[in-house]
Amino acid sequence: MSFGPFLLLALLEGTVMAAVLALTAVGLSLVFGVMRVVNVAHGEFYMLGAVLAWFVTYYLPFPPAIAWLAALIIAPLIVAVIAALTDTLILKRLNYDPEATIVATIGLLYMLQQAALTFYGPDARPVVAPFEWRIQLPWFGYSGYKLFVVLTAVVILAAVWLFMTRSKAGLVMRATQVDRETAQAFGINVDRVYAGTFALGGALAAAAAVLIVPIQQAHYLMGHDPLLLSFIVVIIGGLGSIRGTLVAALVIGLSDGIISMFFSPTLAKIIATLLVALVLVFRPQGLFGAKA
Amino acid sequence: MTQKLFGVTPSRRAVLQGAGAGLLTAGFAAPVWAQAAPVKLGFQLHRTGIGAAYGRWYERTAQAALKVVNDAGGINGRPVEIVFEDDGTDPKRGAEVVEKLVSQHNCDLIFGPLFSHVVIGSAPRAGELKVPYLVCSEGFHVAGGMLNRWTMQPGITDVRAQVSSMAPWVLANLGKKVTMVFPDYAFGHDHRDFFTAAVEAGGGEVVAQIAVPPTETSFTRYLPQIPQETEVLYHVMVGPAVLTFVKELGEFYGTGAKPQIFGFIDSLEAVDIASPGLEFLEGTHFWEGHCRGQQADASEHEIAYRAAVGVDANGASVSDAKDVSTYAHMFSVWETLHIIKAGMESAGYQGTADRQKFVEAVEAMTEMPESLAHVQGAKVFNGKTHQVFGHQFISKVEGGKLVKVHTTSIEDSIYPDAVDYTTQSF
Repeated sequence: MSFGPFLLLALLEGTVMAAVLALTAVGLSLVFGVMRVVNVAHGEFYMLGAVLAWFVTYYLPFPPAIAWLAALIIAPLIVAVIAALTDTLILKRLNYDPEATIVATIGLLYMLQQAALTFYGPDARPVVAPFEWRIQLPWFGYSGYKLFVVLTAVVILAAVWLFMTRSKAGLVMRATQVDRETAQAFGINVDRVYAGTFALGGALAAAAAVLIVPIQQAHYLMGHDPLLLSFIVVIIGGLGSIRGTLVAALVIGLSDGIISMFFSPTLAKIIATLLVALVLVFRPQGLFGAKA
Repeated sequence: MTQKLFGVTPSRRAVLQGAGAGLLTAGFAAPVWAQAAPVKLGFQLHRTGIGAAYGRWYERTAQAALKVVNDAGGINGRPVEIVFEDDGTDPKRGAEVVEKLVSQHNCDLIFGPLFSHVVIGSAPRAGELKVPYLVCSEGFHVAGGMLNRWTMQPGITDVRAQVSSMAPWVLANLGKKVTMVFPDYAFGHDHRDFFTAAVEAGGGEVVAQIAVPPTETSFTRYLPQIPQETEVLYHVMVGPAVLTFVKELGEFYGTGAKPQIFGFIDSLEAVDIASPGLEFLEGTHFWEGHCRGQQADASEHEIAYRAAVGVDANGASVSDAKDVSTYAHMFSVWETLHIIKAGMESAGYQGTADRQKFVEAVEAMTEMPESLAHVQGAKVFNGKTHQVFGHQFISKVEGGKLVKVHTTSIEDSIYPDAVDYTTQSF
């Protein structure tokens, strides 16, 4: 394949990855920004989203497009409820102590994974894509659904952005992020803000998974990679900064697409990890993070 | 006159104690007059992890074979029992499972693992524990001499034999310039090394070797590495993402020009070939260790086996048409259990003290004619390399079904011995 089409395919793949990564990582970043909780179980929320999407599309007697749309609404909602419960039942009891919450979310990771194994099983199961449309370019074919994934991710991210900057709930969340105690003094119900933030974070991961599950399959071990990549993105972008997360997701997604296509996927991972190390050494707060 | 039946009226406590003691005695004593103690076989099962689809079907096949063996009187007149233990398709847990099956469950021997990294990780422990370890793994590591006297592969052919016997057909019918896509671990490396060698020996050329990590979930990025000049694309993939791999291959080529495609059915095991997005496979070829779809010339044994395991003529479960089997591999479990029976009977196996005799009895095996014990076809066992040799099938996708177009001979697959395990001490 000549250079032009090669680059085009690399960019396409990179963009799809960036879009899904942005969605997952923004959830992680929000949770850390507002609650100062490093959620190690974030990847499992992603996995739950995919598994629930399988259940919804399998059991709802609708045509694929509608079943998938239903999954896009139902799966993140259920995950949000689970996340909110996790917050009130576990994290709150630990007073959001950083070390304790890390250990607790590690425990949660295994519980969710084993629950999925028990109730869903060890198999990778496909979810039928809402539509089958393949773009045939002169050099290669490409899945139209993948482009749709990018579009949907952008729409969801824009909605999150609007929510955070324009809505009262977003204002309250940002206020809590800046100073928890002052926010409480102004009558903000911090407990509810925390539960809501954790739910939103989980829902975003789940939404990303519903988008990806017609391309990949739902599998109980699928949470590892998104977690790792989300951490890479969030550290580079600056923990808690949504803008930084988006920029970093784009950088990591595209560079991964291009490097893994022109060189090798392993090299892409090495470079991403190296980048994290460099950021931690020279700019520990991340590219867009506020100084601690 | 009142008559006392008992000298002392027993208190309620004494009655209860007596009854309890009686129950306990009955419980302990029961095995004494039950039939002979069962032969206990340990099964190292990929119930979870990346090999779970295989594990599900390996367990079903083992249960079906167990029923057949027990219905026919068991082994040496003793009933047979299988203890299944999940290894999570993980080498570290694999070694622990070997340990557990031997030390805790007192199994007479262990069989059943497929994934080569698990086998390579577990076999040394089996060797140390001096327990026969019969693998269903396809890897060349058994015949290659990497393992030990206790590890044998009598139920399935190895990758080296498979690819070298099929390479001539691929070169003659599909093309001379081959690009290989394979998983980047021991099993894939066997494909890379031996298929490349066979292609070069046959006057062809492998123009590119594309290694994909077995845990990969996205494959489109690897596909542009396929050179334009490729005439045959040879693919083999494993793990939970195989469907994604094949689908993305289809998307990549789309309706445009594409090379001839020759795949190992591993890329599609447990996957319905009629899945959306796989239409492009029409007209492509697959290696099958055992034909998933029931062929017109299927033997009576194969038909009986299919029914016993519960697989329909399309290769799916009889109770759920969406539950597609790992048909090309799972016969190895059936055949291995029958070899265990034959080996134990010819060794006069009585208990764990006879494990060495059992290994020697299997090493002495040679011809294995097609029968209900060898449903995939006739085989020849090489006691020195602990490896069996058999027929391979090449199928073509026609009308959404896999139709057998070529069967290799056993002679095509035989290569010089790389090891003689019989010279090693026990």
